[in-house]
Amino acid sequence: MIIVNKLHKGFNDVQVLNGISTTFEPGKTSLIIGQSGSGKTVFLKSLIGLHTPESGTISFDGRINTKFTTDEKRQWRQEIGMVFQGSALFDSQTVEDNIMFPLKMFKKQSEEEMIERVNFVLERVNLENSNHKFPAELSGGMQKRVAIARAIVMNPKYLFCDEPNSGLDPNTAILIDNLIQEITDEYKITTVINTHDMNSVMEIGEKIVFLKDGKKAWEGSNKEIFKTDNEAVVKFVYSSELFKKVRLAYLNETK
Amino acid sequence: MTYLKHIGKYFMMLAQVFKRPQKARVFKEALFKEFDELGLKSLGIVIFISFFIGGVIALQTALNIDSPFIPKNLIGFATKRSVILEFAPTFCSIILAGKVGSYITSSIGTMRVTEQIDALEVMGINSLNYLVLPKVLATIFFYPFLIVLAMFLGIFGGWVVGFTSTMFSEIDYMEGIQLDFNPFLVKYALIKTLVFAFFIATIPSYHGYYVKGGSLAVGKASTQAVVWTIILIVIANYLLTQMLLT
Repeated sequence: MIIVNKLHKGFNDVQVLNGISTTFEPGKTSLIIGQSGSGKTVFLKSLIGLHTPESGTISFDGRINTKFTTDEKRQWRQEIGMVFQGSALFDSQTVEDNIMFPLKMFKKQSEEEMIERVNFVLERVNLENSNHKFPAELSGGMQKRVAIARAIVMNPKYLFCDEPNSGLDPNTAILIDNLIQEITDEYKITTVINTHDMNSVMEIGEKIVFLKDGKKAWEGSNKEIFKTDNEAVVKFVYSSELFKKVRLAYLNETK
Repeated sequence: MTYLKHIGKYFMMLAQVFKRPQKARVFKEALFKEFDELGLKSLGIVIFISFFIGGVIALQTALNIDSPFIPKNLIGFATKRSVILEFAPTFCSIILAGKVGSYITSSIGTMRVTEQIDALEVMGINSLNYLVLPKVLATIFFYPFLIVLAMFLGIFGGWVVGFTSTMFSEIDYMEGIQLDFNPFLVKYALIKTLVFAFFIATIPSYHGYYVKGGSLAVGKASTQAVVWTIILIVIANYLLTQMLLT
């Protein structure tokens, strides 16, 4: 479980995160939503240790990440899988080498064992026989799946995804969402997703944290978001006519 | 103040670069890749430039010797000295700063703006050590060979000019290049090369690693990296010459 307590982070004179507190549970897909500039990316990067908070704590199963020793930090890093917005695959390496990279760095395994593991995760993300392709030869959706495969190859305890379905067509976006949720259930990972995609909110948002101006403005599940009367959430989530109708239909159905 | 900040940041970067690699096998793979990218792939341009530069020096010297009292072997002597002292180590390093420097900045800079460096950091990898150390070692170990080759080819270029023209004889030229040979000058040139090779690997890496923005920023960083590398090569050339030859 990840427990975030009164997290503050700023850059120069601009305060981006203003005392965010929340929890992310294992085996659940948690989403962070909010307008552009609300602090989602800074929040996610603080969770994965790319930004150091000014104050507040982030605890990973009771371990506070700012108090790690070098060895503890190295160990913790290996428990994290991250899917970046643009996939962040290494251009100069094949799919196989990209996925094998963390294994080569941290596991004492033979080449055969590593290839076996790579093939297993590639199968898991439905990308068999893509081992020797380069990232540039893959579509956006395939690149995202390779990024997911690389993120889960070390059997992480925590999976973080920064807008995993941005730039993808609706079908592929749903595939990616479902894949992340299946993996989360299967391996009981604590998954945190940063997203703008309202389809993801409706489909896989077991827990949703809504950020506004660097503060947590609301949190709840995808069922509760239909019922909320929080003005900021309603304005953000139901800004399109389609989602207004979806919400209305849901409320009528559950009356 | 900005310059001081950059200098401080550059040395802090070096402190991270010169740490023990996390995995010897991965480091070895990266090192050999860099030998290929930064060394072998620079062979062509070094061969081409040094051959013609040597030829031009011999030609220019021959054209400027009017007096019959100046011996013709001066052409070979002047070509040898110019090539060994300046043209091979300094001129070739400036060319390499342009070719290799822009490659290093753009490749690391692109990794930065596409979050590939963040991906390395999240995995728990010392990204500076993983990306920059193989480049530093590849340039430091390979460039002395490249510069020695440039010396031979520069002198050979001068000989070819003598062979193909009637401006001076090959015998005079050969006599000139054997005249007053001082091995320390080669050592001096190699010391300079090592310093320049270090700059060629680290300054563009610094500019690429700390780039902010998108593709335009990477382009600007590449230009800045090449300019700063050349400036530092020129300054270091002056200081090393002062220290080693005067």
